[in-house]
Amino acid sequence: MDKKHLVIGVIGADVHAVGIRILEFAFREAGFEVTNLGVMVSQEEFIAAAIETDADAILVSSLYGHGELDVRGMREKADEAGLEDILMYVGGNIVVGKQPFAEVEKRFKKMGFDRVFAPGTPPETDIYYLKKDLGLLDQAETEADQQPKAENGGGEE
Amino acid sequence: MSNVLLIDFGSTYTKLTAVNLEQAVVLGSSTAHTTVTTDLNDGLMIAREKLKAITGDIVYEEQLACSSAAGGLRMAVSGLVPELTAEAARSAALGAGAKVVKLYSHELTNSDLAEILTIDPEIFLLTGGTDGGNRKVILYNAGRLAASGLKCPIIYAGNRAAADEAAELLRGHDLTICPNVMPKLGELNIAPVQEQIRRLFLARIVQAKGLSKIEQLISGIMMPTPQAMLKAMTLLATGTEHEAGIGDLMAIDLGGATTDIYSIADGSPTAASTIIKGLPEPYAKRTVEGDIGMRYGLSGIVDEVGIARLSELSQLDRAEFEHWCQACHDDPSLLPLQQQIQAFDFALAGMAVKIATGRHAGKLEEFYTPLGVAYAQTGKDLRNVRTIVATGGSLIYAPRLKEILTFALYDPQEPGSLRPERANFLVDRKYLLSAMGVLSEKDPNTALRIMKKELIDERSHSQKA
Repeated sequence: MDKKHLVIGVIGADVHAVGIRILEFAFREAGFEVTNLGVMVSQEEFIAAAIETDADAILVSSLYGHGELDVRGMREKADEAGLEDILMYVGGNIVVGKQPFAEVEKRFKKMGFDRVFAPGTPPETDIYYLKKDLGLLDQAETEADQQPKAENGGGEE
Repeated sequence: MSNVLLIDFGSTYTKLTAVNLEQAVVLGSSTAHTTVTTDLNDGLMIAREKLKAITGDIVYEEQLACSSAAGGLRMAVSGLVPELTAEAARSAALGAGAKVVKLYSHELTNSDLAEILTIDPEIFLLTGGTDGGNRKVILYNAGRLAASGLKCPIIYAGNRAAADEAAELLRGHDLTICPNVMPKLGELNIAPVQEQIRRLFLARIVQAKGLSKIEQLISGIMMPTPQAMLKAMTLLATGTEHEAGIGDLMAIDLGGATTDIYSIADGSPTAASTIIKGLPEPYAKRTVEGDIGMRYGLSGIVDEVGIARLSELSQLDRAEFEHWCQACHDDPSLLPLQQQIQAFDFALAGMAVKIATGRHAGKLEEFYTPLGVAYAQTGKDLRNVRTIVATGGSLIYAPRLKEILTFALYDPQEPGSLRPERANFLVDRKYLLSAMGVLSEKDPNTALRIMKKELIDERSHSQKA
C-alpha cells in the first residue's frame, strides 16, 4: 500500500524538541511516512520538504505562543509553490495567553489551515482527522464515526 | 629502484612529478605550457625532456595521470528544490571533481533545454524527489531530455520509485541509474554517483578529449584533477592504517578564473545549544567559486567587496587600482612582476580568500527566543580546524602569503562565519598535491609521507596577531 506522507515540525524560533518526536513516533505507528524537520523550522523549509517528498499534509506545531505570527502567509506561500491542495494542520500553544479556542480556531482557519488543534490534544485525535481528511477511514469506521472525543476542545469543525 | 611518474594535464600546463617510492622522495618536477590548440602529447614530451634534465634518464615502473585538460569535466545538473536535491546533486558533482557549468531546479523549460544543448555538457546528472517522494518533475525532465537530442551520458540519481519509468523515457540514451543523492529528506548519499561520474570520465571522456593516445603511453588517467586534490587532502588529514594524518584541515586553491576550497572536517556544532539547519555536508567537501579568481574572475571580487575596500587594502589609489583592473582584463596572463601590480594582486588574493572561505564555511545565526538565546548552524563549523593548506600559482608565489591566508581565518567582525579560529599554514611550494592524490591510489603511505615532508609550514599565525 502507498503510505501517505506527512511533513511535521516546530515552526519559528521555537525549540521545544520533545513533543514533535512523540508525534513523529505516533504518526509512524499509525502507518504514515513521516519527515520530521525538528525545531526552529521556517515556512520555506516546510514547503521545500513537502515538495521534495510529495507530501500529503503539513503539520505545524508551535508551543511558545508566537505561532500566530510564525504561520502568517504560509498557505499563500504553499499555493505559490504549487502545493495548492496540500492539507495543513496547526496545533499546540499557538497563541499568546489564554484565549477562547473557538476564536483562535477561526483565526487560523481563516489563514488557510484545514484543522486547528488546541493544547493537550492527544495524537490519536490528529491521526483520526488525518485518516479522515486523506480518505483512509474504512467504511465501518466512517459509519460508526467513532471519533475520539476532542477532549480539550480539539479540532472539530 | 621503483620510480613513478605522475602527470597532471591542466588546461594551461602539463605538470610532471617524479617520485621514488622506496625513499618517499620527489626526484624532480617540471612543467610545460599547453594550450587548447597544441596537442597534449607535445606538452607531455617537452615536460619529459625538462624532467630528464633534472633526474637523468631513469626508468618508471608506472606512469599515472590526472586531468583537467580541455576545460575539465563539464557537467550540467538538475534537481527539484534548489536548497535540497539540486544542492545535493551539485555537491555530488563537485566532490567528483567536475565543473558544474549549470545547475537547474524544478521543471526544465524550453530555454533551459536550449541552453543545455549549447553548453554541451559531458555528463548530465538528473535528480529530484526523495525515494517515494515527488516523481512528477523528474519524469517530466527525463522526458524533455529524451526529446532534446542531448547526446552526453545521463546519470539518473533521483526518486528511486520513478527510475524504471525514467529509464523507459530515456531508452536509447546512454543512461545509468544510481541510488538517489537524497534518499530521505536531509540525507545525502553522494558516493555512488561520484563513483559513476569517475567511471564515465575514464571510459568515455578521456577518449573524447584526445587523451586516449596518451593513455597508451602511460598506465592510466585516474581521475579529474580536483578529485585528486580532494583525495590528497583527505589522505593528509586522516592518514593510513600505518601512519596518522595531521587532522582536520582546510585547503585553498586560488586560480585565475576560479577559487576552490576544500575542507576535511566533520564540522559538527561545538556548542550544545546549537541546532543544525540545512543539508548535512560531506566530511570531505569541495566548493568552487566560479566568479572569484585573480584574472578572469577578477570582476567577481570587485563586485562583492567594492573598489574602495580593495584600493584601501592595496594602498593604491582608486585610479591606479582601476588601471590594473583594465590591464588584467586586457591581458589575463599578466604576471605580478612589478611593485604596483603586486600590491594589486595582494588585495585581490586577500579578498578572494576571504570571500571563498566565507562561502565554504558554515554560518551561525543567533536567535532570541522566549526561552533564551538559541543558535542555528548551517554548513560546517570549521573553527577548530588548525591547518590551512595553500596551493595554486597565485598563492604559492605570493610575496605576502601569510597576510593573504590570514583572511581565511575567523573574523570577530563577522562572528557568524565559522572559519578556523587560528591555524598553521602549509604551502604546496612544489605544486605536488594533485600528483599525491593520484599516487594515493597506488601507494597512500608514500604519498602521505611525501606530503608531510614537502608541504612547507609558514609558522602558526592567528588573526590580527
